[in-house]
Amino acid sequence: MTLDKVSKGQEVVIKNIKSKTARVYALRFGISEGSKVKCVTKINNGPIILRKNHQEIAIGNSLAKQIEVDTQK
Amino acid sequence: MFLNCHSIQKMLNIPGDKEVIALVGNPNVGKSVIFNKLTGRYVEVSNYPGTTVDVNYGFYKNYVIVDTPGVYGISSFNDEEIVTRDIVLNTQKIINVVDSVHLDRDLFLTQQLIDYQKEVIVVLNMVDEVEKNNIKIDIEKLKENLGVEVIATSASRGEGIDKLKEAIDKNLFKRGKFTPNLEKVLESEGKKFSCESLAEAENVFSSSVSELQERIYALRRSYVDEIFNKTVKFDTKKLEFKNKLSQVLINPVTGIPILFATLYIMYYFMGVLVAQKLVDFTMNTVMGEYYLGFIKGIVDKFVSNSFLQKIIVGNYGFFSMFPIIFLGLLFPLVVAFHLFMSILEDSGYLPRIAALVDRVFNKMGLNGRAIIPIILGFGCVTMATMTTRILGSKRERLITMFLLGLTIPCSAQLGIISGLISRLGFEYLVAYILIIGGIFGIVGMILNKILKGESTSLLIDLPTLRIPQPSNVLKKTYYKSKGFLVEAFPIFVAATLILGFLDATNLLHVIENFAQPVITGFLKLPKEITEVFILGIIRRDYGAAGLVTIPTTKGQMFVALVTTTLFVPCITSFAMMTKENGLKYSVFVWVSSAVIAILVGGVLAHIVL
Repeated sequence: MTLDKVSKGQEVVIKNIKSKTARVYALRFGISEGSKVKCVTKINNGPIILRKNHQEIAIGNSLAKQIEVDTQK
Repeated sequence: MFLNCHSIQKMLNIPGDKEVIALVGNPNVGKSVIFNKLTGRYVEVSNYPGTTVDVNYGFYKNYVIVDTPGVYGISSFNDEEIVTRDIVLNTQKIINVVDSVHLDRDLFLTQQLIDYQKEVIVVLNMVDEVEKNNIKIDIEKLKENLGVEVIATSASRGEGIDKLKEAIDKNLFKRGKFTPNLEKVLESEGKKFSCESLAEAENVFSSSVSELQERIYALRRSYVDEIFNKTVKFDTKKLEFKNKLSQVLINPVTGIPILFATLYIMYYFMGVLVAQKLVDFTMNTVMGEYYLGFIKGIVDKFVSNSFLQKIIVGNYGFFSMFPIIFLGLLFPLVVAFHLFMSILEDSGYLPRIAALVDRVFNKMGLNGRAIIPIILGFGCVTMATMTTRILGSKRERLITMFLLGLTIPCSAQLGIISGLISRLGFEYLVAYILIIGGIFGIVGMILNKILKGESTSLLIDLPTLRIPQPSNVLKKTYYKSKGFLVEAFPIFVAATLILGFLDATNLLHVIENFAQPVITGFLKLPKEITEVFILGIIRRDYGAAGLVTIPTTKGQMFVALVTTTLFVPCITSFAMMTKENGLKYSVFVWVSSAVIAILVGGVLAHIVL
């Protein structure tokens, strides 16, 4: 599944970020492939707000569509 | 590729006999507070060559402390990073400030500095927030893992600063432990491990990304995560109030009303309190009565020539209109705007506004980040034009610059507009916002349709929400207002002299008569408004200031406000646009703004008047 389909409150593991630039940026923020993140806020057709530990990151909808995630049980 | 220490000292005008310590850290970690505590009042600012970024430096004993812009890593993705990169690569001693609550994020930069063989002291700042957030940090273990000195501080409360000073005095700067396997990665590419080869491998001089850079980043990230897991224990289940507030700000249902409330407070503060009450005192009483009476008294004694008198103390005189407008009107407005902006900036609210508006901005081919130059445009469109460099693509920059030039009034103009519109009534304010906002949206969508290429998506860090530090807010307000006024001064002088000359030679009347069909015929405005437009070409705020003195009806004032807001960007923004995108683009923006302004104003005049 892709990140834009994640619902609020759901925890997921980042599997694959297609954009190379986004991958490099996210690595510096502390999010990489394999990171466990939680979706804390979601705006319909808008950005997804992820949290890893105490770090919050806003990801636009079109980029979220390019990020594959695994859902957690 | 590397510069040398001497050239950095020359660039920043730092005395050559003092050793440089660079203060480096992520954005919003409290670098500036630590900088203030170390250097006291002796702070110098210099604009870093070729960028919009100011660098502060001050003195601590035998050292020069350089406060670098906040960055997430040493690379070249924007102006801030370029400045920090140059300073870091040319400085041996570094104080790396990290945010205790975001240690996993911040340690990436720490480890990068260590990998560059810098002598580092890590300042673990904001330790007071650690407990509140159910975090436990094993400082000894962190020290051991990084291989450098770690000092816990709570800079805003002044705690731990003595220990930091002691560490500097004892020269506890140390080279730490490199990221394991980093050497191997470089060797596999046929490179020997050194600062230079690492910089090249990590692509630090380019804004694009490379495969090797990504490999090194991933290696460093996983190593840093390992250190974090070994040294930090936390529990995010019982999250603090701030995190909930953060969600309230981003969620459209609650976030949009809060955004409007913030804008209303800003309007009330600037438009009512400052533009009306304070400016009434400074412009009319202090400057208009006391100053003007004083200066006219002197000039009348010595000058009998009416041409000279007009140039000096006439309606557009160099010693009459210029100081009254500049000091009495613009100065309080500019300070008020920067005070408000500094509070917004330091609170961490701006990136949340970016997330909130992202969806709407997508329709105009922009992502939410574009709200930052747009908001800065309310301060000064010229500066904002430069900051469009933070946007991800040329396409986004072209759209944002166009919208800035067309629809965004700068701080002093905004203050004057707020002041005038609040006298017209609330319904006029709403209509004004709808018209300007509507044109912003429509023009943005049209540009999105006609411009080729694709825009980038939002990806931003949301810093912790904080109550701004008064001392930091005041410092920022001071430097930004000063910068703005210094930049505006020569243009105001030139504009006043040109206008004074036009007035004294009667050429102003000739131009007024020439423009009359458009101004009085189509826009149905008094012919004196022509002066506002002429001044607006030179400086928009100067133009708007003219509106204060021209008698109009309510409807005419409204038409004039809308038309002058949309009218052409000022000379400096025009020059900046030309510098960034070439003459063809800036002429296009200029002509389009003039056409749109007059068309919209004309249609409005025929409806309202």
